[in-house]
Amino acid sequence: MPVLARFLADARDFLPILLQGCVVTIQLTLAALVLSTLLGFVWALMRLSPSALLRWPAATFVTVIRGIPIIVQLFYMYFVLPELGIQLNAFQAGFIGLGIAYSAYQAENFRAGIEAVEHGQIEAAQSLGMRPAVVMRRVILPQAIRVFLPPYGNTMIMMLKDSSIASAITVAELTRGGQLIAASTFKNMTVFTLVALLYLTMSLPLTFFARWLERKFGRK
Amino acid sequence: MIVVDRIGKSFGANVVLDDFSLTVAKGEVVCIIGPSGSGKSTALRCINGLESYDSGNITIDGVRVSRDEPSIHAIRSETGMVFQRFNLFPHRTAVENVMEGPVHVKRIPRAEARARAVALLEKVGLAHRIDAYPDRLSGGQQQRVAIARALAMQPKVMLFDEPTSALDPELVGDVLKVMLTLAREGMTMIVVTHEIGFAAEVAHRVLFLDHGKVLEQGPPGQILRDPRHERTRDFLQRVLRPAA
Repeated sequence: MPVLARFLADARDFLPILLQGCVVTIQLTLAALVLSTLLGFVWALMRLSPSALLRWPAATFVTVIRGIPIIVQLFYMYFVLPELGIQLNAFQAGFIGLGIAYSAYQAENFRAGIEAVEHGQIEAAQSLGMRPAVVMRRVILPQAIRVFLPPYGNTMIMMLKDSSIASAITVAELTRGGQLIAASTFKNMTVFTLVALLYLTMSLPLTFFARWLERKFGRK
Repeated sequence: MIVVDRIGKSFGANVVLDDFSLTVAKGEVVCIIGPSGSGKSTALRCINGLESYDSGNITIDGVRVSRDEPSIHAIRSETGMVFQRFNLFPHRTAVENVMEGPVHVKRIPRAEARARAVALLEKVGLAHRIDAYPDRLSGGQQQRVAIARALAMQPKVMLFDEPTSALDPELVGDVLKVMLTLAREGMTMIVVTHEIGFAAEVAHRVLFLDHGKVLEQGPPGQILRDPRHERTRDFLQRVLRPAA
C-alpha cells in the first residue's frame, strides 16, 4: 500500500478525534486571550500610575511571570493550588495559567503603546476639562491602539501555539489528542504531521488577521 | 477675575517662578513677554493646573486652582488653552477636534455640538477644511482649529502659550488675525508671545518676565517703547532686530 494512501486512510480514522482537540485548543486560546488582555491592561495601567503603591506590585508581577516557564506556571495552577485548597479542572488551570503568563507580555505591549502617545495630547485633553478616564478612552487609547495592535496580532498566534503546553496538565486539546493516538497506534509520523498541519491551518486566519490589523492601524 | 498671588515654583535648585503675581480683569488682554527660560510658559500653565506651584495662590472667579483637587476639571473646562505645538487630536478631523470637548465633557448632543463646531471653524476661516485630518492642514490652519477647539468650551478666559512660535512666518498673520478678533470681541486673554507687534496693538497690559519675576508691567506703549529696565530694553532690541 503506497505511503500516501495509508496516510490518508489513517488520517480519516484520526481526524475526528484530532478535530475535537482543535475545538478545545480554540476555546483555550480564546479564553486565555481574553483573560490576558484584561489582566495585561490592568498591569499596564498600574505600571503607568503615579502611585508607587500600584506601580511596584505590577512591575514585580510582570518580571516574575516573564521569568518563569509557562509549563511550570501551569504545573503550579494544576498541581500546587489544590494543596492550597483551590481546585481547578484541567481546562480552568490551563486557560488561567496561560492567561496570566501572557498578561505579562500583553502588559508590556499596552504600556509601550500608551507611552508612545505624545504628552501634549494628554495636556490638550486635560485642558478641555476631561477627567482621567475620558482622557484614556477618547485620546490615549485610540492613538495607542496603532502601536499595540500589530504586536497583538503576533501574540494571538503565539498563544495558539503555546496552548499546546496545556497538554502537560492533561487538557484534552490538539497536542494531547495527538499524543494519545500516537501512544496507542505508534503511527507517530501520521499523527504529528496531522497535528502540525492542523495548527498551521488554525494559525493562517490569525496571520491574515494580524496583517490586516497592521495595515488598518499601522502608520499611515 | 484671575488672581495669581505671589506664586513660587522651582525644579530642584532651579527657581522658575519667584513671587509671580498677576491680576487679570474680565475682558482684559495681557501679554507676557520675556527671554526663554524666564518662566512665562510655566506661569501660564499654572493658571489651568497643567503645572503645579509650590507656594502662593491662584484663583479664577474666587475658585482656587489646584491640579490635585477634583475641582480642577471644571476650572479647565472654562479655561481655553492654546499650545505652541497645537496638540490637535491626530485621529480626529478638524470638526471632530472642535466637538470633542462639548460632547465628552459638557455632554452636549452631537448634532448641536457639530453645528457650533462648524460655526467656530467658519469664524477662524476654515469652513472649507472641516473634514480634514490635522496632518492634512498647515501649521497655521492647525493652530486655528486648536483655537476653535478651545473656544468651543465657551471659556471665561483664553490662555495662549506662544501660539505662533512653531509657525512658518507667512502663516503667523492668519493666527494673529483670529486672536485680534477675539480680543476685539472682549475675550479675556493671557498671551505668552514673542510677537511684539501683536502685543503693541492688542494688549491692554504687557508684563516683562525675567528669572521668574515680573520685572515691569504696564500699557504696551510704555513697556515696549519706553521700558525702564535695562534688561527689558536689551530683550526688546534682540527680539525686534530681525524684524527691522
